[in-house]
Amino acid sequence: MTVQTPNAQDAPSTDRIEKRVVLRAPRSRVWRAISDAQEFGTWFRVNLEGAFVAGAATRGKITSKGYEHVTVDLQIERIEPERYFSYRWHPYAIDPANDYSAEPTTLVEFILEESEGGTALTIIESGFDKIPLTRRAEAFRMNDQGWGGQIRNLERYVA
Amino acid sequence: MSRSRGGSALRVADAVPVFAALGDETRLSLLGRLSIDGPLSITRLSEGTGVTRQAITRHLYALGDAGLVRHARLGRERVWELDAKRLEKARLYLDQIASQWDDAANRLKAFVEDG
Repeated sequence: MTVQTPNAQDAPSTDRIEKRVVLRAPRSRVWRAISDAQEFGTWFRVNLEGAFVAGAATRGKITSKGYEHVTVDLQIERIEPERYFSYRWHPYAIDPANDYSAEPTTLVEFILEESEGGTALTIIESGFDKIPLTRRAEAFRMNDQGWGGQIRNLERYVA
Repeated sequence: MSRSRGGSALRVADAVPVFAALGDETRLSLLGRLSIDGPLSITRLSEGTGVTRQAITRHLYALGDAGLVRHARLGRERVWELDAKRLEKARLYLDQIASQWDDAANRLKAFVEDG
């Protein structure tokens, strides 16, 4: 299911993103923040309509400033309490005029592990190589037009 | 917060022609055609677009200058194909999404550590 990097000789993978962060909170707390749709929505900035149920879909409007018109659809794949949570979605599907439903999805995985002083969380998003190149190219263009400012907003909020 | 990418990050000077080449609807749609159906001849690429062959040719050369496409000979025909390596090397899309995940992870961290 997880797409592995075909060769790791020199070029980094274009297919996946992997982030690892240690959170100074118990695993049960981190699990709730990820697996409870309301809590997930608080930090992810999406107002989800329903709970996360494996095999079912849930959707919601983005609450980030400037992106309130965007609705995201999450297709929940697997839920293993306090250990693993995954869903599929359409990455960067921010143009409401475009129907993304026929396009390939990426897989987003959250993996929780015990770590000294807290919980180690690994976030993996994979499957980008199947996303049409035009979509990826459009994201460059959109980035040029507005993402820089958006990211600065987020940084201010987090700081 | 962004993780180092071992020197593979695209330099700004390298990215400029890529951005310029992508900042046009016709060129984006040409890239789209080539990524799905390529390699294709200029004749095939102009079909049904309402854009002249000359204009298509100009756009292809603009994409070629940015290193995004290249032409090759297929029998008697000249065909254009995607130079996906260049696009992949750029990794801008992935970097972009990676930076959103950085932000989201930071917000999650603040959320669980404060609450």
